[in-house]
Amino acid sequence: MHPLGLYLTSFSYQEIEKKLRMAKSTSSDAQMLIRSLRTAYAATPTNLKIIDLYVVYAIVTAVIQVVYMGVVGSFPFNSFLSGVLSCVGTAVLAVCLRIQVNKENKEFKDLPPERAYADFILCNLVLHLVIMNFLG
Amino acid sequence: MWWLLNSLNIPLSVETVCVFTAPIFSANAAWATYLLTKEVKGTGAGLTAAALLAMVPSYISRSVAGSYDNEAVAIFALILTFYFYVKTLNSGSLFYATLNALSYFYMVCSWGGYTFIINLIPMHVLLCIVTGRYSSRLYIAYAPLVVLGTLLASLVPVVGFNTVMTSEHFSSFLVFVIIHMVALVYYIKGILSPKMFKVAMTLAVTIGLTVCCAVIAIFIASVASSPTKGWSGRSLSLLDPTYASKYIPIIASVSEHQPPTWPLYFVDINVLAFLVPAGIIACFSPLSDASSFMILYLAISAYFSGVMVRLMLVLAPAACVMSGIALSEAFDVFTRSIKFQAGDINSESSIAQNDVSNVDSNATTDKSETVSKEPSRKNHEKEKEQEIVKKVTSKSQNGKKLLVLPQEVSAVVILLLIALGGFYVGHCVWTTATAYSAPAIVLKSYTPDGLRVFDDFREAYAWLQHNTDVDDKVASWWDYGYQITAMANRTVIVDNNTWNNTHIATVGAAVSSPEKAAWEIFNSLDVKYVLVVFGGLVGYPSDDIDKFIWMVRIAGGVFPHIREQDYLRDGRYHIDAHATPTMLNCLMYKLSYYRFVETEAEGFDKVRRTEIGNKKFELTHFEEAFTTEHWMVRIYKLKLPKNRIQGKLKNKSSSETYSSNQTRARNTRRNPWQ
Repeated sequence: MHPLGLYLTSFSYQEIEKKLRMAKSTSSDAQMLIRSLRTAYAATPTNLKIIDLYVVYAIVTAVIQVVYMGVVGSFPFNSFLSGVLSCVGTAVLAVCLRIQVNKENKEFKDLPPERAYADFILCNLVLHLVIMNFLG
Repeated sequence: MWWLLNSLNIPLSVETVCVFTAPIFSANAAWATYLLTKEVKGTGAGLTAAALLAMVPSYISRSVAGSYDNEAVAIFALILTFYFYVKTLNSGSLFYATLNALSYFYMVCSWGGYTFIINLIPMHVLLCIVTGRYSSRLYIAYAPLVVLGTLLASLVPVVGFNTVMTSEHFSSFLVFVIIHMVALVYYIKGILSPKMFKVAMTLAVTIGLTVCCAVIAIFIASVASSPTKGWSGRSLSLLDPTYASKYIPIIASVSEHQPPTWPLYFVDINVLAFLVPAGIIACFSPLSDASSFMILYLAISAYFSGVMVRLMLVLAPAACVMSGIALSEAFDVFTRSIKFQAGDINSESSIAQNDVSNVDSNATTDKSETVSKEPSRKNHEKEKEQEIVKKVTSKSQNGKKLLVLPQEVSAVVILLLIALGGFYVGHCVWTTATAYSAPAIVLKSYTPDGLRVFDDFREAYAWLQHNTDVDDKVASWWDYGYQITAMANRTVIVDNNTWNNTHIATVGAAVSSPEKAAWEIFNSLDVKYVLVVFGGLVGYPSDDIDKFIWMVRIAGGVFPHIREQDYLRDGRYHIDAHATPTMLNCLMYKLSYYRFVETEAEGFDKVRRTEIGNKKFELTHFEEAFTTEHWMVRIYKLKLPKNRIQGKLKNKSSSETYSSNQTRARNTRRNPWQ
């Protein structure tokens, strides 16, 4: 083969190889990312995981309600609103609880966990009282 | 409250409760101001701010005993909501977050100005995130408020679904989403190593941008489809001050919605206007979340108070808090320096001031007053200080570099500050006594002969009550609606609470039209008496002729046949010989100036300072029923329609047709033989 032609093909081959390596690295990076996320998350204590599960459940319920409204129509709008907002509300309150109960959180070191749970229950009571009123 | 007191067997009439509600709530507002400022700075600042709010004229104007306006309660709710927000921000407990939401609900119930809160708090959250002060307490303070607050606000019937439909609330939802994303980012940053975090960021940014663009596109499409882009008229008039005057004359005509003049700032918040900048600087020296919130609150309310006089009321608590902070800091500095100079303080902070104080004590030897005493005292102090310096040298790093001023200067300044406070108190008391205490119905003026009292309003209302039938309806401009209803006990057509623009425009059209057309409009409304207020004889400036421009504008907004240009000559309103014929023939002119030439003024209008144009005329469709002593209130009765005679006269009456927009409900039977 002509030497220049050889050089050209090898050059382009190197470029293609580099691109393939980058693509592989991003996908492998993504895999490493997911793996590290999973390992880091597995390290959290169980009670926090329970709270996280509760948050996920609340959000899934909210999504189901939105889809249902999309299918059926939003006639009793206040019921829809109160339903969705109650799910989002308990999710938010659970996240707040998680923040307060998390032992690694330095800001809430001297907050006794009983106080955090009591606050959470009180807020939920108020939230559900309002929801019941608004449900129609 | 009346119900509660009655159930406790304290018999009070509803009127008493109404009269005293406002002062009770303003006392509560002062207490709430103390709490708020205590959270921001400390108890000293709190007490000063509460004392300032207790007397500030702007708030007193709304909460005088007897004025049963909802703003007295609303300002209390506003300050309370802000207090709970700041408290949650500082402490991070969910309990206060719940209280925050509940007091926000109270605010929604009491005033339409709650949109101020629901936009200010998201702005502050955004400010904190952008300046890097995000913390989990911010999340706890904001997120439950949004959810609970939206729910509670939807409970109030006036607001209803506006919470999720109008643009006024969208900022809270937007910041809700933003704060969740920021929280997620911080959480992931916490559990991942830095390299992984970078990878996560690149992934997230690419995905997030696409999702964001899609959402924003949908959002913009849905909002742009509504004509005013989802904002209500009131909010739009706040954001763009010229909006109301162009589109909604009725909102522009309320005198409270005009922009305030510069002197009004001084009248309403007096000395605080000078102390507020000092307070802003004092807030910056330790910049915490709470003090940044106060600065933002002050800035936004200062802008809005420049748009509308009524919103000076929202500025007042912010100004009081800032001035309270400024005053207490100033007092702190000066009293500390006096105390130090007197040798009382032996704490560690004084040791750090040694270098500074040595320099300063040399400077005071210029003062001529107590030169003989000072050097001896200062020598004694210098020896004491040097001893202390030898003992504790390591602790000198501890205290801040405090500025210790000479003793005389501090004493003089403290006396001046107290004098400033005295001026403030004096001004507040004077304003309250003259401007806000006098009942608006009985007017007084001080003439060279002594005090002259104008009791015309009550005279007119009493005449109405005694000389008309119970079912008779009275038409007047809406300013007097409540007074007529309460004191004369007669039905009115429009009053202070009418928000139906067309209704008011109908009355405006009636008084701007010629006599016959006006008679027909009033007859269709079943009106028996028309009441006008006229100040030309005694010089009462805010009478109906003065408000006439607004009547024409509001009527012109709904009825296109009333054109403002018809009443103007060279772009101004005249009532003298230069006035346009439309003006000289309209009902308001005729009713105000009927028989005016027969008075001692002989046709000279004291308010407008000209002689009137059309001096002698007769009223064809109205007759004068009553005019008060100083001609301030004039009541006219609609004349009954003339008896119709078949034949010749009927033709004449059917040919007198006026403007075509009047709905002729009667069917005029045409004579078939003519």
